[in-house]
Amino acid sequence: MSAVTAEHEHDDHHDDHAHGPEKGWLRWIVTTNHKDIGTLYLLFALAMFFVGGTMAMIIRAELFEPGMQFVDPKFFNSMTTMHALVMVFGAVMPAFVGLANWMIPMMIGAPDMALPRMNNMSFWLLVSGVLLLASTLFMEGGAPAGGWTLYPPLVLQTGKALPFAIFSVHLLGISSILGAINIVATILNMRAPAMPLMKMPMFVWTWLITGFLLIAIMPVFAGAVTMLLTDKFFHTSFFDAAGGGDPVLYQHIFWFFGHPEVYVMILPTFGVASTIIPVFARKPLFGYSSMVYATASIAFLSFIVWAHHMFTVGMPISGELYFMYATMLIAIPTGVKVFNWTATMWKGAMTFETPMLFSIAFVVLFTLGGFTGLMMSIAPVDFQYHDTYFIVAHFHYTLVPASVFILMAAGYFWLPKWTGHMYNEKIGQLHFWLSTISVNILFFPQHFLGLAGMPRRIPDYAIQFADWNMISSIGGFIFGASQLLFLWIVIDTIKGGTGEKVTDEVWEDAHKHGLEWTLPSPVPYHTFSTPPTVIPCDHN
Amino acid sequence: MNDDVSVKNKKLGQKLAIAAIAMFGFGYALVPLYDVLCEWKWIERDRPDAIKAIPETAYTVDVNRNVNVEFMTSLNENTPMVFSSEMPQLQVHPGEYHTVNFYAENKTNKTMIARAIPSFSPALTSTYFEKVECFCFSEQTFAPHEKKTMPMRFVVNPALPTDYKTITLSYTFFDNTETAVKK
Repeated sequence: MSAVTAEHEHDDHHDDHAHGPEKGWLRWIVTTNHKDIGTLYLLFALAMFFVGGTMAMIIRAELFEPGMQFVDPKFFNSMTTMHALVMVFGAVMPAFVGLANWMIPMMIGAPDMALPRMNNMSFWLLVSGVLLLASTLFMEGGAPAGGWTLYPPLVLQTGKALPFAIFSVHLLGISSILGAINIVATILNMRAPAMPLMKMPMFVWTWLITGFLLIAIMPVFAGAVTMLLTDKFFHTSFFDAAGGGDPVLYQHIFWFFGHPEVYVMILPTFGVASTIIPVFARKPLFGYSSMVYATASIAFLSFIVWAHHMFTVGMPISGELYFMYATMLIAIPTGVKVFNWTATMWKGAMTFETPMLFSIAFVVLFTLGGFTGLMMSIAPVDFQYHDTYFIVAHFHYTLVPASVFILMAAGYFWLPKWTGHMYNEKIGQLHFWLSTISVNILFFPQHFLGLAGMPRRIPDYAIQFADWNMISSIGGFIFGASQLLFLWIVIDTIKGGTGEKVTDEVWEDAHKHGLEWTLPSPVPYHTFSTPPTVIPCDHN
Repeated sequence: MNDDVSVKNKKLGQKLAIAAIAMFGFGYALVPLYDVLCEWKWIERDRPDAIKAIPETAYTVDVNRNVNVEFMTSLNENTPMVFSSEMPQLQVHPGEYHTVNFYAENKTNKTMIARAIPSFSPALTSTYFEKVECFCFSEQTFAPHEKKTMPMRFVVNPALPTDYKTITLSYTFFDNTETAVKK
């Protein structure tokens, strides 16, 4: 993508910036350039999206009909566990870190990330972590099969793979923490002097907040899995009832991490949506400052609602009530965001290129996922929904047609900027329609299955669930296959795309919306060696 | 990047790294914090210590009500024992005292220290299930191949809400020999 050795403004006193990329493949190993590292992250995330997707296809194939078809139950459970871990830690999070690497310096007028060497390290730690995790598939006793939440005592029954899975979580955690530190330092220290905090693009704001979230939660998760490790091998009893521990404690610690973690995946999604929608509505973002405050409120609330994931553990009634009401509170800042996106589009001169289509689908389908979340926030009702396909449908709606769709939108939106080539709009729109229709065929029936009582994480089910499962699987196969179109488009665009000449601003009047559109297309290897003085302001 | 900014970046990076390390400590601090919070008065604990004896009180027996008490016995993995209860279930009237025997056998050639942990379903019934005597109140020491008959005496408090018709009481034996020896 960035195999571009374009001329750049020469700056004598900036030695480390005075050259283009290294020659040969070693460039990708040793690079400290934010664009190279962004590319690495994005390509790695894309690869992991297909690995995790293949696992999802195995799950849907097994669930196509009742009875045991292709895999044994243990392997099926490994697949649900690994699918989740790979998608969360290998695909969605790295993809957003990749976007942050590429876009944040360009959006704030900085020459690079704040700590370029650490940037390289976080990427390669991520690769090691994911490889270590993948290696557990080939170990005696199989990969972890207790769900991505790794609840004890079940997870302690994992075979030889347990310590490897835990160490891979450590590596992934360190990688995200280093990435987050770098992003926070970049945003706070490297902005062009002409850009105060309240003029930062929304994507930068959401990542600043996400960065703080990551620094706060990833170490807690690392602590929780370390306790699992010592419980298993060093006779501690954090979660072991016999030694005076409590398995429910693990759930509290895990969800203290886990709930903010889901916002780590959704806040940058909000940021990208807030970047794309104004460009295609040809209007400034509506309610910028309320967007900033809403993001901050969601981040704050995420720390005090965790136990809504565990309403059924036998919590005191006062706890149930508190977590129920606190959870419902999140609907308010989230609603602010949805209304702001809608108001941005209101009376806008809208056009519907692929990035905008994906963004509109995001607003609609994410809201749908949010509503089912509200249903489950009601503690007494959650007793019925807990651990059924209803929760599966809920969080897939907030992740697939939300985070993943926005990542697709981001790809279509910025690929022309990155590569200097235009993607094939027809195939892009085909990809959009196939994805949007099939994602609903895939996940909507899972609401019905859940309400009817089908439990999650099982390879076989009662006969009355057969029809909707088959429909869901068919949707899954279409969705999976459609993503190959995206892969084709990415490769095609890098190779030259439609051959159409891409202007610097790519999209009509985009230069009014962000600094990145004032740079040449494709973007030179080094940009903003001297900070820009005029900042386009996307809001009033 | 000029030197000023790179010094600033390093300093901020270090501060954030220290914050991350502190949060690792906070994860561990949640362990004692959890116990403290559970003791707080305003978090009315629905589950009193189910492993503490409650003195025998004379309740009025509610002969018009039946509660079915089911007994489950299980072993934690790697606990080489045989463990069973005298009967799978028992019909009781609330307020009426009963004694049920449990049998356990050490299948090894070594002395074993084991602990039985109770669990109730539905969880809320645990408040109303009062035990006067139970083998689960303390660790049990088994000589090699020793067989034990262990009584459990209990009453279902008549205050039990009428919605509850069945209480499932499950005991799991954990082999604690290694941890107990270390203490």
